Amino acid sequence: MSQRRIVVSDSVPRFPRHVQFRFDETRGRWIVLAPERVLFPDEIAVAILQRCDGAATVREIASALAREFRAPVDTVRDDVIDMLQTLADKGVIAT
Amino acid sequence: MSAVGAPLALLAELTHRCPLQCPYCSNPLELARASDELPTAAWQSVFEQAAAMGILQVHLSGGEPTGRKDLDVLIAHAASQGLYTNLITSGAMIDQARMESMAAAGLHHVQLSFQDHEAGNADRIGGLRGGHERKRAAARHVRRAGLPLTLNTVVHRQNLAGLEPLIELALALGAERLEIAHVQYHGWALCNRKALMPTRAQLERANATVTAARERLRGVLAIDYVVPDYYARRPKACMGGWGRRFLTVTPAGRVLPCHAAETIPGMQFESVKERPLAAIWAQSEAFQRFRGTGWMPEPCRSCEQREIDWGGCRCQTLALTGDAAATDPACELSPYHRRLVAIAETESVAEPPAFVYRRHGNTPGEGGKAGLC
Repeated sequence: MSQRRIVVSDSVPRFPRHVQFRFDETRGRWIVLAPERVLFPDEIAVAILQRCDGAATVREIASALAREFRAPVDTVRDDVIDMLQTLADKGVIAT
Repeated sequence: MSAVGAPLALLAELTHRCPLQCPYCSNPLELARASDELPTAAWQSVFEQAAAMGILQVHLSGGEPTGRKDLDVLIAHAASQGLYTNLITSGAMIDQARMESMAAAGLHHVQLSFQDHEAGNADRIGGLRGGHERKRAAARHVRRAGLPLTLNTVVHRQNLAGLEPLIELALALGAERLEIAHVQYHGWALCNRKALMPTRAQLERANATVTAARERLRGVLAIDYVVPDYYARRPKACMGGWGRRFLTVTPAGRVLPCHAAETIPGMQFESVKERPLAAIWAQSEAFQRFRGTGWMPEPCRSCEQREIDWGGCRCQTLALTGDAAATDPACELSPYHRRLVAIAETESVAEPPAFVYRRHGNTPGEGGKAGLC
């Protein structure tokens, strides 16, 4: 049996092969397509997901976002981890 | 007419042919014949139109969709249009080569049905000897092809005792998701209600089992759970609301707001053979009939929940009240609600009758089967 994946600062988040993150022209917004599920991430979530390229760590993603949004890096990192853990539990993000 | 958003998903019922005969099948009592089925090119056009109007996912279903010899071509065409493709299958006709070729065609996800956790009862319910073992093999083929797997089981009084081992089966087969859906009673399921209706105690045990399993298996197995209506206090948002998010295309090409909508008499459903899909979605009388909240009677029309449940299920309402536009009896504010609960409480403790299996020639009212339902 597989184990729950816990997202930490060193995790390298990515989309599994069967999940698509793309811009939907009809609705004019970013979407996540997963098995029997469509997610409509908000602006902040899109900024995070656009950096989930299978190379950057959570720490690096948080640093970049903290600079971009001029926010405290610890707070940003906690928010990033929270969001990615929720998505990992849904099978939408792999680490 | 108010502007209508694009639907999210298309349920493509490619065929009504199926090796299984589940007594709760969501197909209509009048099953389409192979000769009625849309040809390859017509389905390809449906997928092109679906993608162009903003549909994101296509569920390839039936009947048993692998009964279509052109399934790989259809998958490849849907995927080429940017549609997320989901195969809803019994798995009974899938070997490794078939699975690999569907994966190569661009299939994204497989939803595999199980009738119970063990072969004896599962094969009895599905009406196919050896079916359960073939499904277990199909699950292995899905995993070997590298595709994500959802197990799906319709639960009722004759298999709820096996709910915990069913969850274990999903884990053993490597599924990421498990859908546990109580029977929705229309069509074949309504005909078999006395054989399927669980007791309230069975339902409460199932609810507790699912709640505990979700907690224990967080991040390992996602469990979607569809609760039954007869013991509910408020209705579910059937299909996310009539004509709001989903549409179904039947094997013969008729376009429906929900797969059971043809049970509602007096409604005209248009066909992809005669009109573009987008026009049917936006303008056809059938899609407008129960769209939004304007059609609702009181107390629905002024109810705070009206844009949460969108009035529940029209097909079930028709079956129970004789009026598709009435308040869904699943709602405790419906005058029929107490009768609904009484039906469930009475039928669930009586000796269950034999199943009326879903197959051609078994249709109630045909071939001497009248009166069974």
